Amino acid sequence: MSVFDLTLQDIHSKLRNKELTVTDLVDASYRRIADVDGRIGAFLALDEENARRTAQQLDKQLGTDEPRGLLFGLPAGLKDNIVTAGLATTCASKFLSNYDPIYDATVVRKLRDAQAVTVGKLNMDEFAMGGSGENSAVKPTRNPWHPDHVPGGSSSGSAAAVAAGEVYFALGSDTGGSIRQPASYCGIVGMKPTYGLVSRFGLVAFASSLDQIGPLTKNVEDCAYVLQSIVGHDPQDSTSLNVTDIPDYLSALTGDIQGLRVALPKEYMGEGIDPRVKERVLEAIRVLESLGAVVEEVSLPHTEYAVAAYYLLASSEASSNLARYDGVRYGVRTDNAGNLLDVYRYSRSEGFGPEVKRRIMLGTYALSSGYYDAYYLKAQKVRTLIKRDFDNVFANYDVVVGPTAPTPAFKLGEQVGDPLTMYLNDILTIPVNLAGIPAISVPCGFADGLPVGLQVIGKALNESTVLRVAHAFERSTDHHKQRPQLKA
Amino acid sequence: MSISKQDVEHVANLARLELTDAEKEQFAEQLSAILKYAEQLSELNTDGIEPTSHPMPLLNVMREDEARPSWPLEEVLKNAPDEEDGQFKVPAVLE
Repeated sequence: MSVFDLTLQDIHSKLRNKELTVTDLVDASYRRIADVDGRIGAFLALDEENARRTAQQLDKQLGTDEPRGLLFGLPAGLKDNIVTAGLATTCASKFLSNYDPIYDATVVRKLRDAQAVTVGKLNMDEFAMGGSGENSAVKPTRNPWHPDHVPGGSSSGSAAAVAAGEVYFALGSDTGGSIRQPASYCGIVGMKPTYGLVSRFGLVAFASSLDQIGPLTKNVEDCAYVLQSIVGHDPQDSTSLNVTDIPDYLSALTGDIQGLRVALPKEYMGEGIDPRVKERVLEAIRVLESLGAVVEEVSLPHTEYAVAAYYLLASSEASSNLARYDGVRYGVRTDNAGNLLDVYRYSRSEGFGPEVKRRIMLGTYALSSGYYDAYYLKAQKVRTLIKRDFDNVFANYDVVVGPTAPTPAFKLGEQVGDPLTMYLNDILTIPVNLAGIPAISVPCGFADGLPVGLQVIGKALNESTVLRVAHAFERSTDHHKQRPQLKA
Repeated sequence: MSISKQDVEHVANLARLELTDAEKEQFAEQLSAILKYAEQLSELNTDGIEPTSHPMPLLNVMREDEARPSWPLEEVLKNAPDEEDGQFKVPAVLE
């Protein structure tokens, strides 16, 4: 058993009782990385010297009365689109392969305040575009449950590192499912908070109206601890919500969901959903019912339009956001440039991978003269309809549940040549980003040895109820205690 | 909607991308498929529906117009591919 299988409270009590040191925890992380990451490919960079120095400082604090942070001593990994001063931040892109940020993202500062220890940066689909991890320009990440299968994406390294026991927790980012879908594929917990709850300052922008940072953990309680540590208003992010009374998420984990009203959208269990996934979700619903929740079928009628709307909107925002990569101020500049226009064109063409180019092309097209109304504006209006679907359901229900992804993890290479099929994997996660509401994926069993995730979706800023339902479910099952058999 | 190779070239120019012939052909095919899929949105009547650009109501966020310290120049230029005299350096705009 790994020390990372202990609960956060057990780890903290062992630290207090001097049965464990922060250095032991950091050692455990780097040892595990050395043992398994050659096969998993979760890490892009390690920050071992700094992590060990931090561990020593925290160990000194252990003997004192100084108050300890919520995440004291816990080894963490960060998706490589979260900027870290003095530690390379590449977005798994050739373009940023030499980028050495001069500032920390707000979440990095917050993790430091909570006294977590950053051990390194995690692999991802390039610029967070993808759902399999295969779009990393560096290397693909493999699913710890089966090396032939993808870990999901785009927070591929974040999910795989937590599932493989390389870190205690990780942060990822979720634009259309990029935390929840890999969490589902890797058998762990992943949460996308309400848009604006966690600062995006220092998150490399993909689609600014959809991006949100969130935790990937082994269980819901850890998720609540991490969430508590990273939320809050940030004047450096103009879209950050000014929430004055942040709830105590841990106190929401009561286990009591008696009488809670749960909606199951028929569209989330319809065509295209793997029957094994459907079966696991129906079992999960019986668990919720046995705990006293009232589950009823509802309709989110515009679900089938979400993927089309999302890919137009997200790609449009991406084409605009990625215009900053011009080879002038940072990043890798081409060697083939005679004039300034060539610097732009060749630096971008040499630096971006195929999926990034595809989305820039799609977004540029959707925003271009003559097509704006038909594509971009139309998609924005459909976004309103999708948001209203949720508003209507949430007028009568506390949460919406369903699968996180239509299938378990697919095989590496299986969908690489077929972007549209790959996009359709996000059909159940995308509507949540379009509506800006919170959702979690929690393990709900297996399909032929590969994990399946249950998604719990809540009202805006009602993370507490989402966590309460996920926690009550988790307490009644042992899916989250299963670990992949990775021999050292 | 079918995307021709010429459309791809036009969009690539707008996006400041230099594509190979193989890429142009592949993107023409893939973008056509994606846009064909996206056309299902036209089935929906959206008359009178307001577009959503952000999930939360957003207002302009202002701060006091006070001078604040800037980053040191050497930090700002640390990642520059080329620089001279404290400025980013690029090749000639016009040849």
